[in-house]
Amino acid sequence: MGKRKETASVQKQTCIAPGIYDMWINTTLAKEAKPGQFINVYPEDSSTLLPRPISICEADGDQNKLRIVYRTAGKGTTEFSKYREGKDIAILGTLGNGFPLDKAKGKKCFLMGGGIGIPPMVQLAKKLHEQGDCEIQIIVGYRDADLFLQKDLEKYGRVYVATEDGSVGSKGNVMDTIRENRLSADVIYACGPMPMLRAIKKFAEANNMEAYISLEERMACGVGACLGCVCKTTHKDHHSHVNNARVCTDGPVFEAKEVDI
Amino acid sequence: MEEQKTVQTKLNTEVTIAGVTFKNPVMTASGTFGSGMEYGEFVDLNKLGAVVTKGVANVPWPGNPTPRVTETYGGMLNAIGLQNPGIDVFIERDLEFLKQYDTKVIVNVCGKSVEDYLEVVERLSDEAVDMLEINVSCPNVKEGAIAFGQKADALYDITSQIKKVAAQPVIMKLSPNVTDITEMAKAAEAAGADALSMINTITGMKIDIHRRKFALANKTGGMSGPAIKPVAVRMVYQTAQAVKIPIIGMGGIANAEDAIEFLLAGATAVSIGAMNFINPYTTVETVQGIEDYMRQYQITDIKELIGAVQ
Repeated sequence: MGKRKETASVQKQTCIAPGIYDMWINTTLAKEAKPGQFINVYPEDSSTLLPRPISICEADGDQNKLRIVYRTAGKGTTEFSKYREGKDIAILGTLGNGFPLDKAKGKKCFLMGGGIGIPPMVQLAKKLHEQGDCEIQIIVGYRDADLFLQKDLEKYGRVYVATEDGSVGSKGNVMDTIRENRLSADVIYACGPMPMLRAIKKFAEANNMEAYISLEERMACGVGACLGCVCKTTHKDHHSHVNNARVCTDGPVFEAKEVDI
Repeated sequence: MEEQKTVQTKLNTEVTIAGVTFKNPVMTASGTFGSGMEYGEFVDLNKLGAVVTKGVANVPWPGNPTPRVTETYGGMLNAIGLQNPGIDVFIERDLEFLKQYDTKVIVNVCGKSVEDYLEVVERLSDEAVDMLEINVSCPNVKEGAIAFGQKADALYDITSQIKKVAAQPVIMKLSPNVTDITEMAKAAEAAGADALSMINTITGMKIDIHRRKFALANKTGGMSGPAIKPVAVRMVYQTAQAVKIPIIGMGGIANAEDAIEFLLAGATAVSIGAMNFINPYTTVETVQGIEDYMRQYQITDIKELIGAVQ
């Protein structure tokens, strides 16, 4: 059906860790949702006009249900966190390219999520598990013992945890977990803060691995028109002709070697 | 008989600017709509009065570093820096795309020097372009652009040079970041501009107090969105009193009510900008809403509304 803005409804919402909210939305967009894609969520308060781009955590196309897990960071997400069952919610989607699932075939894979970059790993793990023919190793990094989504991820593969304070799993970040457990893979899928993605890009280059990383940037339109959310690319991309790919439409997932981060 | 009756009651939403007739007065503000490809997924571009393209220069421009956008109360700041693929790609790709549609095409032209502008204007002379909009008011690039739009004599000079080579009617896009916008408008008119579009964004700044950093990499940005609408309406009104050439009004238009406010203030047409980002259907909803308003007040010709504030 293509991208569209619609008024959907909140099916349920729970707080799953301090400041982390888990919302299921009834929407037909669920049918089209691919792992690594995102939706724009629009606050009702007209002082906060711009949509909030939020990654898709899980999608159930048969039931027309979409799940987002997000952190409250400002006025917009704080407003969303107060939504309860039955509340109308304005969303636009599905946006972005998503992770390339076919690259996992016959391979050992790392699914790496850091902090609020963990949610898209759920739908990715689920789809890779369904697709089969790959070994799924999930590596997730948190600040502290307030873990979230690790139970959801355990359904689809072995989960390794890192915490910055060392309270659970390896002390440090996702890269420390890889070293500590002597893990290896052929392909990496990752989403998380920029320092984590930079480390993964270096690691993948050093070990000759394919890496697909999901980038974040301040966005306005979310559909490729405003040119707000660009990232530097190593080659001139088809759209800009100036090494500036749009995170919202050419991404958010890029092959690590294609971007200069 | 039946048919004749329908014709008689049909609303006339057409407006004419410098000999170019638009099916309705609703256009897209440059830089918020690309060349229509992205929003063509949401709206039927055939329903728009015109598509006003993102600014194009003689060569590709990389634009500014990120973050390039940030939200403000009831609006936003942007400092894209006129990233564009250059006129060659633009002609081959963007203008080809727009040929499929029954809407007018207005190309926004940017440059760093007078020569840059003239090169683009000349390149477009044989192309399927209905009008040119000259961007002398982008607050986000250091050279050119705004330098021509903040001094009346510089604006006069560039306008007259462009008029000498332009094959299409010329719209000068004015900056609100001046002491008296009517002085700029009069300079553009005296130099032969066929129309004005106004307002470009208002220069602003936002600071992230938690990081103690500028919200935008460029430090300053252009403010747009509903928060700036009263400023824009005031400037359109004042300018309409000062010049005879038509005005395309813009600045925070979110719906037909806002658009009609601009028409009443003296604009012949209007452009939808930042609100496309919030509601991708804003343009076509505004077209529909204007017709509804005309029916409600039994106005058969939209031209009755232009400058009709009392």
